[in-house]
Amino acid sequence: MSEIIVITSGKGGVGKTTTTANLGMGLAMRGKKVVLVDTDTGLRNLDLLLGLENRIMYDLIDVTQGRVPYKKALVRHKKQENLFLLPTSQVKDKTAVNPEELVKLCDELRQEFDFILIDCPAGIEQGFKTAIAAADCAIVVTMPEISAVRDADKIIGELGRADKENIKLVVNRIRPQMVEKGDMLDMDDINDILSIECIGQVPDDEMVVTSTNRGEPCITMEKSQAGQAYRNIVGRILGEKIPFMTFPKEGFFSRLKRVFNL
Amino acid sequence: MLNALMKIFGKKEPSGKVARDRLKVVLIHDRASVSPEVMEHLKHDILEVVAKYLDIRPQEMNISLADDEDSVALVANIPVTSMRHGGKHIE
Ligand SMILES: Nc1ncnc2c1ncn2[C@@H]1O[C@H](COP(=O)(O)OP(=O)(O)OP(=O)(O)O)[C@@H](O)[C@H]1O
Ligand SMILES: [Mg+2]
Repeated sequence: MSEIIVITSGKGGVGKTTTTANLGMGLAMRGKKVVLVDTDTGLRNLDLLLGLENRIMYDLIDVTQGRVPYKKALVRHKKQENLFLLPTSQVKDKTAVNPEELVKLCDELRQEFDFILIDCPAGIEQGFKTAIAAADCAIVVTMPEISAVRDADKIIGELGRADKENIKLVVNRIRPQMVEKGDMLDMDDINDILSIECIGQVPDDEMVVTSTNRGEPCITMEKSQAGQAYRNIVGRILGEKIPFMTFPKEGFFSRLKRVFNL
Repeated sequence: MLNALMKIFGKKEPSGKVARDRLKVVLIHDRASVSPEVMEHLKHDILEVVAKYLDIRPQEMNISLADDEDSVALVANIPVTSMRHGGKHIE
């Protein structure tokens, strides 16, 4: 049984691609055969996050337009042999693929893969409609911030209209110190407002940036807090009951340092 | 207690709570897909109907969508100066 998951958000820049790369890597580390499909045509990034940008020969559009079979366009990860990327074109635009073509492709991919993760572009236009067409379930990524939550709500509505009932939430870039001070929407607020099941709370973490620089998702880094949060999400996707992480309260000295800007 | 202290020290409400309250209001409108323009039209039409039966002060009227537990209510507040006698006749 394979599962097709679309990672979407509405608002741009909240962490869809980061989430796709990490969950894909995490599922592969757990022995699942995974393919990541980049549908952000014209603005592809998933290849960079996985360090595979130099290995691309063909892309999604070559496949949907019948120039090559999908196997030729797949790029296998350098270190993780269960993980594959189907990159998209950097020169074409979102109209180059339509929903029917993606559904047909995903039906083929189902034969070979346990998980098919689709990285969705921002917005609610054609690119979004194509990306969600084949999905069995959706992960909506948001941030604890007023406009990102509003856009997530809109996306949840759109998914409902497209008869996608299985929707899960990931809240990314949480800053525990700000939540503690009451200066950030907390998880109760967000759950209360969006009322869909939350499967991930990912902290804001510098290691996301450094690992992106290196093209190695932070889930592979033992010490990364965001990596730990992503490992937990992977477990939950695989049906495990895992409690949400708690963040250590800021100690007296670090607060003193912060207050005095040291 | 905390609130009182915060008032004494002139501290503002935590911004997270402000965000939550603003979101709740904006989402009621988003979800009902009612734009401010539609609300203006609605207000205008309601006024027209109500004015057939009652003397009202249109400037003071306001309508809004409000969160009512798990449903949304249309709340209209229309100050009435007097009942029209028997109401006007509608053709
Ligand atoms: N948990 C995190 N901590 C710190 N930085 C993060 C975190 N998650 C994402 N970022 C950073 O935020 C930026 C946007 O992330 P990403 O590209 O994954 O978002 P996106 O939703 O795919 O954007 P787009 O809508 O443009 O496709 C990147 O620079 C990324 O490194
Ligand atoms: Mg992206």
